[in-house]
Amino acid sequence: MSDLIRPKDETELAAAVAEASASQTPLEVVGAGSKRNVGRPLQIASSLTTERLKGITLYEPNELVLSARAGTPLKEIEAALAKNNQELAFEPIDLGPMLGEQERRATIGAVFAANLSGARRIHVGAARDHLLGIRAVNGRGEIIRSGGRVMKNVTGYDLCRGIAGSWGTLSVLSEVTMKVLPKAEATRTLLLIGLTDEVAIDALCTGLGTPYEVSGAVHLHADYARQLIDEEILRRPAPVTALRLENFDSSLGYRADQLAESLTAFGKIVELDDTASDAFWGGMRSLSFLTGSQDPVWRISTAPTNGSKVVSALSKRLECRAAFDWSGGLIWLQTDPTADAGATEVRRVLAETGGFATLIRADAALRNSVDVFHPMSAGVAALTQKLKQSFDPSGILNPGRMYAGI
Amino acid sequence: MTSLAILEPDAEVLSRRDQLIRGLRGLLPADCIIADEDGRRAFETDALTAYKQMPLAAVLPTTTDEVSRVLRYCHENKIKVIARGAGTSLCGGALPSEDSIVLGVSKMNRVLDIDYMNRTAQVQTGITNIGISNMVSPNGFFYAPDPSSQLACTLAGNLAMNSGGAHCLKYGVTTNNVLGLKMVMMDGEIIEIGGQELDAAGYDLLGLIIGSEGQFGVITEATVRILRAAEGARPMLMGFDSSEAAGECVAAIIGSGIIPVAIEFMDKPAIRVCEEFAKAGYPLDVEALLIIEVEGSEDEIETLLTRISDIAKPFKPQGIRVSQSEAESKAIWLGRKSAFGAIGRISDYYCMDGTIPLGKLPEVLVEIGEICARYKLNVANIFHAGDGNLHPLILYNANDPAEVERAEKCGAEVLELCVKAGGCLTGEHGVGVEKRELMLTQFSRTDLEQQMRIKTVFDPDWLLNPEKVFPLELHTS
Repeated sequence: MSDLIRPKDETELAAAVAEASASQTPLEVVGAGSKRNVGRPLQIASSLTTERLKGITLYEPNELVLSARAGTPLKEIEAALAKNNQELAFEPIDLGPMLGEQERRATIGAVFAANLSGARRIHVGAARDHLLGIRAVNGRGEIIRSGGRVMKNVTGYDLCRGIAGSWGTLSVLSEVTMKVLPKAEATRTLLLIGLTDEVAIDALCTGLGTPYEVSGAVHLHADYARQLIDEEILRRPAPVTALRLENFDSSLGYRADQLAESLTAFGKIVELDDTASDAFWGGMRSLSFLTGSQDPVWRISTAPTNGSKVVSALSKRLECRAAFDWSGGLIWLQTDPTADAGATEVRRVLAETGGFATLIRADAALRNSVDVFHPMSAGVAALTQKLKQSFDPSGILNPGRMYAGI
Repeated sequence: MTSLAILEPDAEVLSRRDQLIRGLRGLLPADCIIADEDGRRAFETDALTAYKQMPLAAVLPTTTDEVSRVLRYCHENKIKVIARGAGTSLCGGALPSEDSIVLGVSKMNRVLDIDYMNRTAQVQTGITNIGISNMVSPNGFFYAPDPSSQLACTLAGNLAMNSGGAHCLKYGVTTNNVLGLKMVMMDGEIIEIGGQELDAAGYDLLGLIIGSEGQFGVITEATVRILRAAEGARPMLMGFDSSEAAGECVAAIIGSGIIPVAIEFMDKPAIRVCEEFAKAGYPLDVEALLIIEVEGSEDEIETLLTRISDIAKPFKPQGIRVSQSEAESKAIWLGRKSAFGAIGRISDYYCMDGTIPLGKLPEVLVEIGEICARYKLNVANIFHAGDGNLHPLILYNANDPAEVERAEKCGAEVLELCVKAGGCLTGEHGVGVEKRELMLTQFSRTDLEQQMRIKTVFDPDWLLNPEKVFPLELHTS
């Protein structure tokens, strides 16, 4: 039997989960389903989608707050914000295209359930930092709330952050309230061409150590750079290092000059204007350099200055290429499709440097045979297990998607 | 305050006090244990001084291992433990019970590592909030969350309460600025969560632990983000002849796309008291005052303040004054940051900490005025206008029991009003004992039961700071 449960509102959602809980029926929890191939493959007959829970329920531009039902398409929210010159400052990345899905299908609930943050995370925080309030249904079929619509709120435990990034394993989000921010008036990007990983990350960290509010800091290996940078600028294949400034038009000239000054030791600087910048950072957001291939992709998170060490150590053992975001602290690493996609090496290296890795793209067989999410220490694993139990005692919500038994 | 229900201490535990102290002496150096009455008195209350209870003992461990030994011992002997930083909680977050011990982290205050390239500092949590910024300011960096008590309060307390501050409109609160923790669980197990990386491998335990009011574990070390400071910052003052005009002005500034680093609001009574104390040059003939601070280079500051002044024009601001010097900026902020102390000089006060949607400010202020008038009490309002965090300071005479009771009831009504307006009971101080009985005005029983199950995940026997956050009636049910 293959069921698709499509509740039209929160009450129906709660009833559906309560029923599944009573009958111990596991549920695959999805929004639009554009990321359903992330995580360990689920052997589940019934799917529960929030795609009918739609609509913006509150938007106060002057208070920087917006609420929407979980199934509301992200693009609908972004369109509403754009009318007021506002945006989701954490610029959620779109995993769809690299997973072979169409662009921009994600729902807002899934953006928070997966805690998807883009390049600006280093400056303004992650998705989880912009989540002010939630309504959700836990695995017992109960409607629970946490947070609210105000910016500052320490009333009770912070379940917003607890649930962000839990991939639908603790509860099903029904409504999310988020902080929104004004769009910057203009953008400029400073490029350095041809740097090694180590020097590039040095440059990015130097830039972030200035007072000019760098809001994007990436370094791309040559193959990736070629896909995001115009041939007129990048005449021959070479790695590219990019730092973004966003601000009032009146400030940008000064800030770009000052930042360039602080980076003189790293070589000649090429500047991208507003339009070219938008195209480049748009490509970062949709991870366009990772599309068109099915090779495994790891998402590695570590201390920024460890970024080059991790990739250098892995390059000796694996065929791989890398894009560094978050000034080196986030690595998109594409490997050849070997038996374990390099899992053993990736985890061995990270055990030495610190950090963790998630296998974002791989076929189902591979996702079945290696740990997709990074193995936990015994203490954290025990807490994780009990936490799951506290929300979802029958283990019906996306069971096993992140970890076996969770 | 007097009406707080205090649970009867466990007589059996009280009877074991001598044995407990002998046990602790076997675990820690002698100077880490405070058992005499005078010494313990320093731990019987926090900054919510109306409540006092003498703990069985206080311990001040110097290492994570010592913390672990104490917690394991208390776990085995079923002794409640109240973790304490500097004791600056305004909600009774560090208030002991008579059958508990206080575990203070104040001796663990070292900086372990500063990493400017990765923009992180690893510290022991007994360090003061300002202590972190002081360590990194010579290199132009700072630790962003800036609670008014930052000279005294510890990072440990900030982590427990997820503290904010005047500048969190731009830089976020504690949870947005912490990357890793070392925490001792009640059974003595030491766990490490996060590190220098910017996100979590599995569940966001870090996000769940920060703000859990010392109920999940004792955090002994943390890795925090440090940020490069702006080139400069300057505040300006603007007076208005109504709080409505001031509120609309804030909305217009934010709506225009400018996010100042801070926007602080004071009403007339607050202005008067703060001006008397700080001599900051606040205008005394206005109904509401905004302090608006922007950051950047000299030119950028100039441009932004001019834009803000233009946006403010339709709201008829009076006595616009832009700070002209470092000294003047300091004086302007001193007035605001010492507001609680300044008001404390003229009267006892009860400081509320609700948050409201900005658009509701005028009506909420009118209603607060009415509520306080009904209880025959004066009130001064201070408001982090950018993020909606409202601090009504209800003035009362602590020596008059009837007035104390009125103040407490008045405060509860004010907080209920904040919730009704779409806000919450506490924006940055925490729930503690003070607001636990009001939790059901904001949350359903189901909401709170889910939270209590999470408490049980971390502390199955409910020994860590147990009588806080949740209404007592839920404890026994």
